[in-house]
Amino acid sequence: MKTMLMSANYAAARAVVSARVEVVAAYPITPATTVPEQIALLDEEGIYKGEFIRVESEHSAMFACIGASSAGARAFTATSSNGLLLMDEALHWAAAARLPIVLANINRSVSPSWNIHVTHDDSMSKRDTGWIQFYVASVDEFYHTIIQAFRLAEDERVLMPVMVSADGFVLSHTVSPFDYLEPEEVDEFLPPYKPPHWVMDPDNPISHGNIVFPEYYQEFRYQMHEGSKNSLKVYPEIEAEYKKLFGKYFGGMIAQHRCDDAEVVFTAQGTVGAEAIDAVDELREQGYKVGVARIRMYRPFPVEEIRKLASHVKAFASFDRGVSYGFGGHAANDIRAALYHSPHRPFVKSYIGGLGGRDVTVEDIKEIILATVRAVETGELGPEETWHDLLE
Amino acid sequence: MPKSPYSVPVVGSTGKTGSWRTFDPVIDYDSCSRCRTCWLYCPEASIDLEEDGTPHIDYDYCKGCGICAQVCPKKCIEMVRTTERTGAK
Repeated sequence: MKTMLMSANYAAARAVVSARVEVVAAYPITPATTVPEQIALLDEEGIYKGEFIRVESEHSAMFACIGASSAGARAFTATSSNGLLLMDEALHWAAAARLPIVLANINRSVSPSWNIHVTHDDSMSKRDTGWIQFYVASVDEFYHTIIQAFRLAEDERVLMPVMVSADGFVLSHTVSPFDYLEPEEVDEFLPPYKPPHWVMDPDNPISHGNIVFPEYYQEFRYQMHEGSKNSLKVYPEIEAEYKKLFGKYFGGMIAQHRCDDAEVVFTAQGTVGAEAIDAVDELREQGYKVGVARIRMYRPFPVEEIRKLASHVKAFASFDRGVSYGFGGHAANDIRAALYHSPHRPFVKSYIGGLGGRDVTVEDIKEIILATVRAVETGELGPEETWHDLLE
Repeated sequence: MPKSPYSVPVVGSTGKTGSWRTFDPVIDYDSCSRCRTCWLYCPEASIDLEEDGTPHIDYDYCKGCGICAQVCPKKCIEMVRTTERTGAK
């Protein structure tokens, strides 16, 4: 292991080398462009040993990954926003075909209005495709989570594709140190991928994607649901092993900071969840019993972890950098749904903000947490949903 | 049950799909030059060849698309109503 200094996108390209990816098919889109750009460079330099396929669209990129994975290769792509959305059909296909492809999504706002900065709407709108989803908060976490993602995706109990999302520009173009692992070091953790069920092999031909009529279709969808949910127990195993081998740990499915005795817990996905650590520490100094729970794994949703937190907190302040139009914050809705059949149902205040890359500062987060502290003190929930920092 | 369904190639894995036909290709063997063009173009691989290239339509699986009749250089494949060829009503 050695420390390198790179942007999250360049680190992702290095993760592709470390994980001995065999096929990368990608199409450039800001702010993901420098991921495939860097892989192409590493390919020319002979550092990346796999195939790099230049495709004509993101739709083709994902279908090329599907072809590669079907033939038993470890496959990877990277994209953002409209590019991810152009892949939509192929994302559903990859999941239903149970192909362990890993996708690095650099979160970017969806147009119009044209905006290349971060909003989580792109990947959040793909949460129902079957892809396991992670949201990360540092360059180091992005790099290591991509390596872990292959192991999780390829685990026979899971066998679902994994999307690792990083905030556009905040991480994608921000240079930061990370701990790089040589492929030889990763080998012990990530053995070569061997398709456990079916493989496209000319010497032993099969056809996949055949017609399945009403008699059986539902059963395959049930298995996808089970596979996804299995990652709730498989990922902690993988993380424990990774920590033992490399000393790297990013906090489980929900990374918690000072939540043990907290009365108010701020939740967020991505970098806002890391920024909130400073906000919590400052409020703790002022005597407020607050904490932050950064949701790293968003699909499958870590229901039990949320319920455990709910059993000892008085309120959640859920921050979403995206919105399900007509129903509000994605994570806020999921937290509320997770608690409905739980004996502990604290307040869940939903905050939406930071859209289009608008800065979310420590002061913003403190304001949100303090408003939630007041709700607890007065016993009045107040607004169920607040658009933070909304212009009149 | 596999995690995602797949099949190995076997003849007629979804039954005798030739029942979908409205028109049947009928080859006039006196005019046929054994050029194999019909065999090459058949999208359903429902034309079998003898060693000398004599084509035979496999009516169990032929869908009656008429491509063979269209591409035949000798125009010796005629599309005939299934009911007329088989005498079925």
